[in-house]
This record gives sequence, C-alpha cells and structure tokens, in this order.
Amino acid sequence: MTIFDVVIGLEVHAQLLTETKIFCGCSTRFGDNPNTNTCPVCLGMPGVLPVLNKKVIDFGIKLGLATHCSINDKNIFARKNYFYPDLPKGYQITQHNEPLCRNGFLDIQTDGKTKRIGITRIHMEEDAGKNIHDEKKPLSYIDFNRSGVPLLEIVSEPDMTNTDEAVAYLKELRQMLVYLEICDGNMEEGSFRCDANISIKPKGAKQYGIRTELKNMNSFRNVQKALDFEISRQIELVESGKEVRQETRLWDTAKNATLSMRIKEESHDYRYFPDPDLLPLIIDKRWIEDIRACLPELPEAKRSRFIKQYQLPAYDTDLLTQSRELSDYFERCTTILDKPKEISNWIMTDVLKVLKAENINQIKVTPQMLTRLITLIEEGAISRNMAREVFDEMAEYGKLPDDIINAGGLSQISDQDDLRRTIDQILESHPKEVDSYKQGKTQLLGFFVGQVMKATKGKANPKLTNTIIREILEI
Amino acid sequence: MLETARMYRHEAKSPKDLVQALLAKIKQDTLNAYITVDEAGSMEAACQATKSIEQGHDEIMLGIPIAVKDNICTRGIPTSCGSKILSNFIPMYDAHVIERLKSLGAVIIGKTNLDEFAMGSTTTTSHVGPTLNPWDHSRTPGGSSGGSAAAVAAGLCAGALGSDTGGSIRQPASFCGITGLKPTYGSVSRYGLVAFASSLDQIGPIACSARDVSVLFDAIKGYDPKDSTSVAHEYTPSVLDGIDIKGLRIGVPRSFFSQGLSEQVERELRSGISTLEELGATIVDMDIPHIKYGVASYYIIANAEASSNLARYDGVRYGARKMDTQSLSDMYLETRAKGFGNEVKRRIMLGTYALSAGYYDQYYKKASKVRTLLINDFKSAFGICDLIAGPTTPVTAFGLYDMVDDPLSIYLLDIYTIPANLTGLPAISIPCGFDDDNLPVGMQLIAPAFREDLLLRTSMTFQDNTNFHKVKP
Repeated sequence: MTIFDVVIGLEVHAQLLTETKIFCGCSTRFGDNPNTNTCPVCLGMPGVLPVLNKKVIDFGIKLGLATHCSINDKNIFARKNYFYPDLPKGYQITQHNEPLCRNGFLDIQTDGKTKRIGITRIHMEEDAGKNIHDEKKPLSYIDFNRSGVPLLEIVSEPDMTNTDEAVAYLKELRQMLVYLEICDGNMEEGSFRCDANISIKPKGAKQYGIRTELKNMNSFRNVQKALDFEISRQIELVESGKEVRQETRLWDTAKNATLSMRIKEESHDYRYFPDPDLLPLIIDKRWIEDIRACLPELPEAKRSRFIKQYQLPAYDTDLLTQSRELSDYFERCTTILDKPKEISNWIMTDVLKVLKAENINQIKVTPQMLTRLITLIEEGAISRNMAREVFDEMAEYGKLPDDIINAGGLSQISDQDDLRRTIDQILESHPKEVDSYKQGKTQLLGFFVGQVMKATKGKANPKLTNTIIREILEI
Repeated sequence: MLETARMYRHEAKSPKDLVQALLAKIKQDTLNAYITVDEAGSMEAACQATKSIEQGHDEIMLGIPIAVKDNICTRGIPTSCGSKILSNFIPMYDAHVIERLKSLGAVIIGKTNLDEFAMGSTTTTSHVGPTLNPWDHSRTPGGSSGGSAAAVAAGLCAGALGSDTGGSIRQPASFCGITGLKPTYGSVSRYGLVAFASSLDQIGPIACSARDVSVLFDAIKGYDPKDSTSVAHEYTPSVLDGIDIKGLRIGVPRSFFSQGLSEQVERELRSGISTLEELGATIVDMDIPHIKYGVASYYIIANAEASSNLARYDGVRYGARKMDTQSLSDMYLETRAKGFGNEVKRRIMLGTYALSAGYYDQYYKKASKVRTLLINDFKSAFGICDLIAGPTTPVTAFGLYDMVDDPLSIYLLDIYTIPANLTGLPAISIPCGFDDDNLPVGMQLIAPAFREDLLLRTSMTFQDNTNFHKVKP
C-alpha cells in the first residue's frame, strides 16, 4: 500500500464589517428584506460607476499587516467577466495581477507544535447577490442586498498536509479577522467562506498530484468532513489505478460526500483586464504606518503574554483569547482582583456558558460583580456551589452578589455550633464509613463533606466543614 | 443658445412660447433626429423657466431647450441607446450632466438618435432607423451623436449633448456644419452615460457656435464624486471673447494630411489654417509619429471595454428578455442575439477575443502601450506648439448606406478623431468651409489637457472672422 502526502491550500472569502458597500453607499446589513439595500450602482444599471470605499482598503491593510504581508503600493482593480444572474454587471470588480497584500504567513498550533502557513495573497473584491429558487413554482428570484458587499479574499500557500492543519488555519484566520474587527466570522451567514484546493501525492514525491477544488463547506465541521472525504476519495481512485480529475466539487451535507460541479474544460475564461472606471490606487507609506500604529494586540502575542504574565496554562489562554472582548473582560477582572487562575476558571465555565446565548457586551455580570463573587468565596462567606447559584442570578437579573446573598438567605453556615450538630448527625448515621476512615481510608473525607452539603443545601462553609470533620474523626 | 437667452430677456419671447414652437417643429421633422420627445416634461420646465425669468433670474441656461443623446440616462424618460435590448428601459436616475442642466433651469426637450450603443459613425444602426443629414437627406449626419448634431443643425434645439468615444461628437458636428467639443477626459462626469468604452467616453456639448458650446460646457463640466475618473480641475472663469491669435503656435501634423484625406477637405482645411495664419498664428510644421497605430489600438481598447460594459444587458433585471427559453444560457444567448444589432455584436466579439486568455498581451496590453506612446507624442508636440490643427474627418458626409458592408473603411475614417480619445485631450470641430457638393467641412483643433479655454476662444476668434458656422442647411 502506498502512503500518500496530502496537500491542501485554502481560499477564504471574508465579508467586511464596513457600514456601506465597496462601491456605493448602500448598507451592508445582513437579513434585511430582499433588494432593500440596493441602488442603481449595485444593481448594475446602465451608466453607473463605482466609487471605492476607503474603509475597505484600511481593513485590507490591517489584515495584511497582521499576517506579515507586504502591502502593494500600486493597486489595480480588475474586471472578472462571467455571466450569472446574481452578478448584475456581468463582471465582478476584483484584483488580479496587483493584489493588496502578498507573501505573508499565519502560525498555527496542532498537536502542541507551531507550524507556519504561507499566505500567497489577499485582495479586495465585491460580493455577488444571491439567487433564491422556488422549486415548486418553479421560479427564481435574486436578492441584490449582498451585491457589492466588500470581501477580502485570502489565499494560502498549499502548506497544509492534513485536515487538522486546515481547520486550525481556518480557526486562526477567523480569530484574526474577528480580533481586527474587520469581519464577524459568521460561517452560517456566509461572512466567512472557505474553498479548498486539495491533492495527494506518493509520500515524498516532488510533483503535486492533480487537485480538486472543494466548495460549499459552511462550518468547520463540514470543512473537516469534506476534506477527509476528499482525501479518501482521491486515495481510493489512485490506488485503484484511476486518475483524479481536475474539477470543482461541492460538499453535500445531506449525502456526506463531495459531488462534481464542473470539470476543468467547463471552467471560465474570465478575461481579466484593468477596470477603466477605477484609477490605480496608490497607498503611501504613511497610510500603512498609520494603520500599523492602530493595530490591536494580535491573538498569538496575547496568548504568549497571558501565559507569561498570568501564569496560565495554554488551555486557559486559548479559551480566554478566543475573542478580544473576552480577553478584555478577563483583564478587567484581573485589575480588580489579582487572582488570574480563579478568574480564568470562572470565565471558562460559567461566563462562557452564558456567552453561548448572548454577546459578551450584553452580559450582565460585570468584572466588578464577578471579582466580588470570587472574593466572597475566598472570604468563606459562601460556598462554591452557592456561588454558582449567585452567578446564575447575577447573569439573569444583573443583581449585585451581596444583594442576592442577603436577600435569599444564601449566606454560608459559618456558625460552628450549628455546623457541628449537623456533622455529628451525619457521622452517626454512617458508622461503617467512620470506621473505614479511622482505619486510614481518609479519602472518605469528601464523602462526609458531600453529605453535609446535601443536608445543608450547600450552605455549609466547606472549609469549616472539612476542619470540623477532621477534628472529630482524627482525635 | 446665447441668442435664445437674449430673446427671453429683450424680446417678448418666453421659454414657454419657444419650447411650444419647437415641439411643433419637431413633430414635422423628417430627419428622425429624436428617439423620444418629452413634451410634458419640457413644457413643465419651460413654464418654470418662464416664471424664473419674469422674476429676474439671469442664469443663462434658464429655459434653453437642450437635446440629449439617448445614451445619457434621464430619470423617467426612456433611454434606449438606440438598441432593441434597451427599447423599454426607463432609468431610475438622472445622469450627473442632466442633474446639472436641470438645476440650471435648462429644458431637456428629448433624446436624440445615435448608432446603437454609440458604436458607429453614421447613425444608421439605431433600432429606430437612421437619422438624415439636414444638408442632404440622402446622406448620413455622421455619428454616433448624429441625432444631436442633426437636431442642432436643423434648429430642433438650441444645443445638444453628445458623447465622444472615438470622434462621435466631432465627426457629426463636422458633417452637419456645426461646432462640437470633446472635453478633456475627466472634465465632465460620466455618471449616467451608458458606457461604451469607459476609458475613452466623454460627454460633450454640440451647438451652432463656439460661444454656445462654451456656455453648455460650463453648465456640465466639473468634478463629480460619483465618477472616480472625474478630475477636480480648477478652471479659470470662462470668457466669451475670442483671443488675440497673434503669436499662437498652431501645430499642423504632417500625418494629418496622409492618404485618404479627400482633396476637397484638404483644400478647405488649408484655407481654414490660412485664416488662422492671417489672424496672426504661427504655423508649426510637426508630426505625431505614432498616429498611424491609433485606429488599430483604439478598436482593440474600445471593443475590449465594450465587451465587458455590455455584459450587463443579459435580460435579467431590465430591458428586453427573450421569454420561454429552456435554460439560463439559452435565455442569455437568445436575449442578446435578438437584442443587439450586428455592429454591436461584431464589436463584442472582437473585444471578447482581444481579452481572451493567451491573447491579452498580444492585443490589449500592446494597444495600451501604443496609447502611452501617443500620449508622449502629444506631450512633446505641445512643447513646440500651443494647439494642433487638422481635419476632423478625411471626407464629408457620405451616402447613408454607402459603407454598410465595409466596417473597416468606416473605422479608418476615425483616424483624426481617435488620438484625442486615446490621449484624453480636449478637441473641437468647427466649420471651416464647404466641399463642391455644398457639404460642410470641419476643422479640428486639439489642445493640452484642460485647455478647453484655448480651444474655445481660438474658435470664437475664427468664427468672428468667418461665416461658415452661420450658414444654415
């Protein structure tokens, strides 16, 4: 059996978070009624002309700098000519020979190792509209709200050698875009779309195999599944003496398979040429430096800093730095209370749980509230379990932790006599366990504490409970 | 136009009366100069202008009836580009130049005939049939702005807008004995001009005299943020007086008198140049070496851009669609096969070929290089002269269908007008004589970029000393 190398290159289309479209003043908002965010320009009416949105260039330079690309000082927009109903002008305005950014890279982590993935180019272009088909009638409709929404196309080098690396690259790139606040990274809504070029070759061979292009993978999971499927499909073909065809294939989620869309011979001649409606765009050094000066701390740098500054494990830092807002939240907490690991624990569990439903900016538990809660635990005023309940209430109603505790009688039983009575009862009703403990099975301590918590509905101060049980049993 | 503005103020004639009379005259017109006449709209604008003039407003464009080439978008008024494929198209917006004219109180009287999508020099390929030359109805008025030129010459408007991609304002102006200006590329916004070849297209004024052309140019020129190729050039205020031509260096390129230039045109042109010399100009013998490659480069660049610009006429969103086709590609094919005429199809095919993979470097890229060479030629030419003079066209107006089956010969007639488009320079055609058939001959003047003032004022001086522009068909 031959062993194969896998070669994967990725093309990502990222929709930019500009207020308006790339060549007209229409809104880029997602989900509005069809064709409400349109004008003569993005409808491709006769006689209209494009005017470039400067924000798009700013965003492109931002990503270029963050991915270590060189920024092209002379930018040319080109027309990519093809017919499709969602393409109102019969051509897409994009960049061809002179992309905005070139020769960058992104470092990814797989299996605890760092790998550098090359970025060939990043260029600006406009999105097309959306065809909507009513199979029953049958009728087709076109929504041009998306027509002219700005995109960055990010093309990687074929540097990825397995599916995990491809997914890691996509996640890293997505995080970068979100960090830079230039794309919301939403794969379901199509603001972060990915196509893959994939081929196999006998292990160590110099020459690349024939590649296929995969489209329509709208989640990381689908990317993983589609690439895995395609690798097996290509290996099977080659092993049975057949050849891989150069073609574009679509991932079919229902069939869990990639299906041929068009073969190479059917591919378009796009007849690229410089768009005469847009003059060459000259980007001077100052423009680039102004943007560089405003770049935020990037995920990679932030992760290393968190590990160093807060002594956090890699697992924690990965989670905490997944978005700028979350890491900001964490750091705001640490400025109030210098217990980074404790704060991290709370964020990774309870805060993230809440964040599944809402945005970090909407969360009702402020850093002040969270750190106060942690302080209350440290002071022994409430138990960890009680604190969870308090947290839920804070998250739901935005009440202060002290108020919740006082109002709900959730304060811990720290009265020694009360607690001692309860503990005595528990020990009396579990004579066997008491015997075992005394014979050296001290891990039963947890069992007794648990019973006490159960009896007090979690109100017992766990530290005190521990001490008292020990006192009684170890005399 | 200046005369009309004067009448409004010093004679008892109101825009309302004049426009009404004009509408009646247009109804009698047999030239087929107009595709659409906006009777209601122009009467409304005329009444408005009448009121404004009564109130003492002195804006010169108030109530002036202007005809607009039918490839310039007018909100609510059909804009067909002379094509079947847009025969039912009504724009939802006004072109920048229309907004400007309306805001000045001008009356947009109607939309004039043209070669389909401005591709031609005869005004015979429009879906509404040919426009006739007012000087001789069996002849072409030239094109593609033939409707605008004929309307001006026949007195069916006071002035008109045309568009000039390779000579489409100057050549019909020459054929119809009137004055037409192709302004510097970027001086008039193209927003709303249905694109033929975006890097060459320019809207410009057509009228009976250089003074009227100057007034209309003032009304439409200027920076427009909606057109990225528009230039924020600070023009000096326009002057409606001629200039002293004494000492003006006028270059006469040798290659402008190449083979193909008719003897009669050369005769009238030489006499026109002599007039300038008599008025004090210094004639400079010079040449534009790369002019011979102009036509070839032009037809590659123009058609390449056109093939892309005309892709939007696909039957999907507006215009005529062939119904009941079996597939998407059939819909495209049949809509475009039915909607476009032969000349347009020919150019789309030529342009598509020139941009195809493997041919781009050979054609489009090479043509772009020739363009740069020509730009440099003119740059050095303007080192030794202030203006360049030559013929507008090698021949006078020919029979309507003389060259229908000979597109190449027609293309070659653009030899003198094309350089100004390839270089972006301003150029004007003014009447300078008549041939033996009493058909007008035009003289072309070319100036450095943004020196329309020089072109226009030299033309004014020429017209102050000649009567060719005053002769009516």
